[in-house]
Amino acid sequence: MATSDIEIAEHNLQHHFADMDQQRETSTFGMWLFLVTEIMFFGGLFCAYLVYRATYYRAFVEGSQTMNIWLGATNTAALICSSLTMALGVRCAQTDNRKLMTILLIVTMLFGLVFLGIKAIEYHEHWTHHQFPGPNFSFPEAEANGVNPQNVQIYFSLYWAMTGLHALHMIIGVGLVLWITIAGARGLYSADYYAPVENVGLYWHFVDLVWIYLFPLLYLISKKHSG
Amino acid sequence: MSTEEHRQHVIASSVYVVIWATLMVLTAITVFASFIELGELNIVLALTIATIKATLVVLFFMHLFYSSKLTKVTVIAAIFFLFLLLALSMTDYLTRSWATYPAH
Repeated sequence: MATSDIEIAEHNLQHHFADMDQQRETSTFGMWLFLVTEIMFFGGLFCAYLVYRATYYRAFVEGSQTMNIWLGATNTAALICSSLTMALGVRCAQTDNRKLMTILLIVTMLFGLVFLGIKAIEYHEHWTHHQFPGPNFSFPEAEANGVNPQNVQIYFSLYWAMTGLHALHMIIGVGLVLWITIAGARGLYSADYYAPVENVGLYWHFVDLVWIYLFPLLYLISKKHSG
Repeated sequence: MSTEEHRQHVIASSVYVVIWATLMVLTAITVFASFIELGELNIVLALTIATIKATLVVLFFMHLFYSSKLTKVTVIAAIFFLFLLLALSMTDYLTRSWATYPAH
């Protein structure tokens, strides 16, 4: 270990921890506890989705027909790719490869921005078609198929709430990755101290994880117009 | 000062690439499966694939496979409580139509 690494390590060891390993394990465990609360946070929305999907299945089928599966699939692929570059970025932090870590983290952010850009296009499309819950909501296709538009509105309420909360997490995630990219480029991390990189990585993968469930649940309900 | 043996397990890059490729293939399968009408099985298949993908992400991208027992127990507890939230709620909503009540 180089002298500078020891200095970084000693400088980063807080007095209430025995050593760097205990400190890193503690911070990662804390991050997992936070993610547990996030699971329950999104869990409430997933539960609402489950209840209303079971109750108004045909309205959910109607609503999901407006989703562009290819945009959704592209976004899924973008997030999976970003998770790969994030995981490799964390690995670079573990192996003291600062230059490659910076590149991989920037690529991770770019994938994240691609996701948000495509999401913005989809939101714009839904907004201009009055598929936003509220007084201006309109869904003429529903009545033609014998479905109450009010129930389709429930689908769109959940769609906006779930993808909106997810998109908010993505925006926060891009901000966090930007933070560790700058800190990493300034040489604040080493193989002995990279907990922030590891924990932002955990957050990023968690957000990817939520989308892995959102995509099939919101986009791929049924290709067939029947209950 | 040697902390090599205590350091977190560094996973080979090839493992990450294999997991990524698997996730991409599973995404393609889930999209194409959605175009085939399987009735009730559509959602079962979609959620099964999603759960396989989620498991791969948690175990390898999030290093849970190499994490301490404490972290593993915590994650399993989270999944358990999420299941409890969903399952107990559905025991109510899904069974409301089973019972018939006399008119008041």
